[in-house]
Amino acid sequence: MVGAPIAPHPAAIAPKETFVLNLGPQHPATHGVLRIKMTMDGEYVDRAEPVCGYIHRMHEKMGENRTYAQFLPNTGRIDYLSAMHYTHAFVSVVERAAGIQVPPRAEFIRVITSELNRISSHLVWWGAFLLDLGGFTPLLYAFEDRERILDLLEGITGARLTYCYYRFGGLCNDVDDTFLEGTRQFIAKMRPRLKMYRALVTDNIILRKRLIGIGPISAELCRRYGATGPVLRGSGVTYDVRKAEPYSVYPELEFDVPTFPEGDSMARYLVRMEELAQSLRIIEQALGKLPSGPVMAEKVPRVLKLPAGDFCFAVEAARGRFMVRVVSDNKEVPYRVKLRTPCLSNLSLFEEASRGLFLADALALLGSLDLVIPDIDR
Amino acid sequence: MNALNEIYSGFNSLLVGLRITLGQFFKPGVTVHYPRQTLKIPRRYRGHIELVANPETGKPLCFACKLCERACPSDCISLEGVKLEGDKRKTVASYQLDFTKCSLCGSCVEVCRDGAIRFSRDYNLAGVAKEAFCMDLVQRLREQLAAATPEAPSPKRQAQPEIPHPRFSPALARARNDAPPAAVPGPAATVAAARMTPAFGAGSMDALLPRLGPPATGRAALPDAHCVGAKQGEGSIP
Amino acid sequence: MNALASNAAAFLDAEPWRLLVWLAALLGFVALNAAYLVWVERKSAGRFQRRPGPTEVGPAGLLQPVADGLKLMAKQLVVPAGADSALFRAAPLMVIAPVLMGLAVIPFGRGLAALDLNVGLLMIFALGSINVMAIMLGAWASRNKYSLMAAGRMVSQNIAYEIPMLLVVTTMAMVTGTLDLNQIVAQQAGAFWHWNLFRLWVNPLMPVTFLIYYACMLAETNRAPFDMAEAESELVAGAYTEYAGMGFGVFFMAEYANIVLGCSLATVLFLGGWHSPFGLLPGLAWFLLKMYFLVFSVIWVRWTFPRTQFYVLLNLSWKILIPVSLLTLILSAAIIKIPKALS
Repeated sequence: MVGAPIAPHPAAIAPKETFVLNLGPQHPATHGVLRIKMTMDGEYVDRAEPVCGYIHRMHEKMGENRTYAQFLPNTGRIDYLSAMHYTHAFVSVVERAAGIQVPPRAEFIRVITSELNRISSHLVWWGAFLLDLGGFTPLLYAFEDRERILDLLEGITGARLTYCYYRFGGLCNDVDDTFLEGTRQFIAKMRPRLKMYRALVTDNIILRKRLIGIGPISAELCRRYGATGPVLRGSGVTYDVRKAEPYSVYPELEFDVPTFPEGDSMARYLVRMEELAQSLRIIEQALGKLPSGPVMAEKVPRVLKLPAGDFCFAVEAARGRFMVRVVSDNKEVPYRVKLRTPCLSNLSLFEEASRGLFLADALALLGSLDLVIPDIDR
Repeated sequence: MNALNEIYSGFNSLLVGLRITLGQFFKPGVTVHYPRQTLKIPRRYRGHIELVANPETGKPLCFACKLCERACPSDCISLEGVKLEGDKRKTVASYQLDFTKCSLCGSCVEVCRDGAIRFSRDYNLAGVAKEAFCMDLVQRLREQLAAATPEAPSPKRQAQPEIPHPRFSPALARARNDAPPAAVPGPAATVAAARMTPAFGAGSMDALLPRLGPPATGRAALPDAHCVGAKQGEGSIP
Repeated sequence: MNALASNAAAFLDAEPWRLLVWLAALLGFVALNAAYLVWVERKSAGRFQRRPGPTEVGPAGLLQPVADGLKLMAKQLVVPAGADSALFRAAPLMVIAPVLMGLAVIPFGRGLAALDLNVGLLMIFALGSINVMAIMLGAWASRNKYSLMAAGRMVSQNIAYEIPMLLVVTTMAMVTGTLDLNQIVAQQAGAFWHWNLFRLWVNPLMPVTFLIYYACMLAETNRAPFDMAEAESELVAGAYTEYAGMGFGVFFMAEYANIVLGCSLATVLFLGGWHSPFGLLPGLAWFLLKMYFLVFSVIWVRWTFPRTQFYVLLNLSWKILIPVSLLTLILSAAIIKIPKALS
C-alpha cells in the first residue's frame, strides 16, 4: 500500500564490522605503558579493553623481603608524581602500628610538602592532558611552575621526584628559612598563573567543546568500580580522605573539597584546577601555623618490629585514595604489604564508560582520569 | 540569540588565548642551556655517597661497622675494615658502592652513627660502561684530599651555614659540610707529590694493608655482578 | 656588454622563457619557504613556550632545515609491497604541482606575476582541489587501511571547508567585480583604508568574511586547530604513513607551500596586495611583509589552541561557516545590485 512503512531488506542492513585498534603499550601520550585493545565500529569505540601489567615491578613482593625502613624508597616509586603522599601513607601506617608520636612541626611540614607535591602532580596532569588534546604550549607553562616546586623540594630533600623524605617518627631533616620563604613566594607567583591557565585554557571554546558533555561517568559507576579522587568528585560525590578519615594535621586546616555534579570530563578537569587553588590555601595556612620544635620523634627503635596484626592507613593522594595495609607477624620484615592504588580502580571504569564514544572523546576521557600506569601495575 | 552569544564569547576566548601566548613570546626564556650553562647544585642535593674525612687527622671517619651495608635496600654497599695496630676501632679499607643499584634513599647516611658518609653533589655522571659506576669511595676520598691543599680548598666544598641535624654533634656536622681539612699533617708536599704518596697522614695504612680482592664468599659471580668485590647476593636482605 | 644584457632581457621577456624563469623562481621560493618556514615554526614554538628552539646546527639553528633535508634525502624511498607503485610515487608530485601553479598567478609586486590571467582567482581554486584528490590517491595506493581512513577524513574535512571558502571568494569576486588578481590589487591602491578588508560600504560583514576565509585556510591546509587528520591518527599515523624519506618530505613541503599560497591569496584579496599601508614605496617588500605576518599568525594559532574533534570541525563548517558566508554573499549582492535596480 502506498504510504505504509516498508521494513528494510535484511541485506540492506549493514552488519557491524568492527576492527581492533591497539592503543599499544607505546603511547604518543605520556600515560605510561598501558595497552588498550579497542574494538572499533568505524569511528566509535565498541569495546575498550585495558591490558595492564607491562610495568609490574612487584612492589608488594619487595615489601615482604625488606625491613620497614628499607621499603621506604619503594613507596616513592609506585606513583612517582605524588611520591610524598605514598611515603606519608606507609610511614603513617608504621607509626600507627608502633605507636610512634610524630612531633607537630613534622606533621605540618609533611602537610606542606604533600600539598606541594599535589600541586606538582596536578600540573603534570594538566600539561599532559592538554598535550593529548593537541595543545602543546600549556605543558611548558605548567612545567615552568612545577620547576619552582621541584627546586624548593630539592633544597630540603635533595631529590626532585622520588623524595623519600619522611621517616618513621618525623622527617629525615628539617626545613630552613630558604624553603619557607621560597614557598611563600611560590604561592604569591602561582595564584596569578592559575588565572592565566583559566583564561588560556579553561575558558577556551575549543577545550570546552572538547570536554563538556564528553565521557559522562555517573556516581553509581564510580561506586561500582571503586573510583576515588577527582574522578569521584567530578561525579558529584564529595568524598575526600582528608575530610572523611582525617589524618595528620588536616583537621586544623580549613579547605574546601571541590565537587562538580556533571560527571563529564570538564567536571573532572575543574575539580583538579580547583584543587590547585585549595592546595595553595592549605600550604599558606600551614606555613602560618608552623610550630617550632623537633622534627623527629624521640624514641624510634633503629630496627622496627611491628606487633603482630593487621594495620592500614589511607591518604588522599593526587589521584585518589591510596591505602597501605601491613600485616605483621612481629618480625623486622612485614608478612604482607598491600597497596591499594587509586589508578587501578579509576582505569577499570574506562571499559564501561567509553562504549559508544568517538575515539577522540575516548582519549579525552582517558586523559581526564589522570592515570599513572606504574600506579596501576605497582 | 544564545547561539550568537556562544559564538561571540567563544571567539573572544580565542583572542584572549592568543594574547596570552603573544605575551609569553616576548618574555625571556626560562630554560638553562645545559651544558653551556649550569645551575648551582643545592647544598642538600642527593648525589651518590662519599666518605667523610676527620678534619684533624685526615683519615676517614668510617670504622666499618657495616650498618650502612645492612641498611641498604638494594645491596649496593660492600665494605671491609681492617684493624690496625694500636687503634681501638677498625679503619675502613675498601668501600665499594654499586651505583647502578642505588636508589638514593639515604638509609645509609641516616643510619651511620658518626656521619662518616654523606651525599656528594656529583650529578654530571656519564659513562660508557657499567663498571664506571662501581665506585671505590676510599679512592675517591684520597683523590679529594689530594686535590685540596691549604691554599686551594676543593671547589666543591663551600662554607655554608649549617643546619642542626637531629643526630650529630656540631663538630662532626662541620666535618660534613665544610671544606676538607686545610692542613694535611705530614711532610709538606706539592699537590703532585701528594697524589703519589698516600694522603691519609702519617702512618698511612696503605703501606700496611694487603691489597684486598673480591670477598671470598664461595659463590659464583652472578651475571649482573659487574663490580669487582661487590656483594654477590640475591638482593634480599636479613 | 649592454647590448648583451638587453639582448638577454629581450630574449627572457619572450613568452616561453619568461614563464620558465618564473617557474624556476617560484620553485626556488617554495623550496626555500618550505625549508625555512619550518625553522620559523620551530623557533616561534620555542619562544611561545619560553625556550630557545633549535640552536645547535648553525648559528641560531639556521642550518637545521638543511640538516633535516639531508636526512630526508638520505632515506630509502620504500614502496610497500602490493602498493600501486605508479600512483604511490605520483601522489607527492600531484600534491605539490597545483600549489606551484597557483602561485604563478599571484601578483607579488607591480608587474611581478608569472601569469597575467584575467581569471586568476578561478585558476587557483580550480587547481586547489587537485591536492585533495592526490592525498586520497596516495593513501589508497599505500595499501594501508589506516592511512585510507585518515585520508578519507582529510578529504571530508577539505570538502566541508571548500564550500565556505568558495562562497567567500565569490563574495570578494562580486565586491571587486573581477576575477583578475592584478585588478583586485589595483583597486586597493592607496593607504590602508582602501584595502578590501575595510570596504564596509559594499560588504558590512567584511571582517567576518576575512575570518571565515582564514578559518577555511587553516582547515584546508590541515593546520591546528583543525589538524586531527594528521595528529589524532597519531595512534595509527596519518595519511602519509607509508611514505618515507623525501616522499614524506614533499608532502610536508606541500603543506607549507599551501600555507604560503593561502596567505598570499588573503593578502591579495583582503590586505591590499603589494600596496603599502601608508601609500609610500609600494612593492614586493610590502607583499612579503603582509604575507609573512599572516603566516606567523597561522603558526601563532597552532601553538596556542588544542585540536577540535572531527565532528565539531564539520559542524563548524556546515552549520556556522556556510550560513554566515551565504549571508555575507547575499548581503553584498543586495547592496551592489539593489541600488542599481532601483535607479
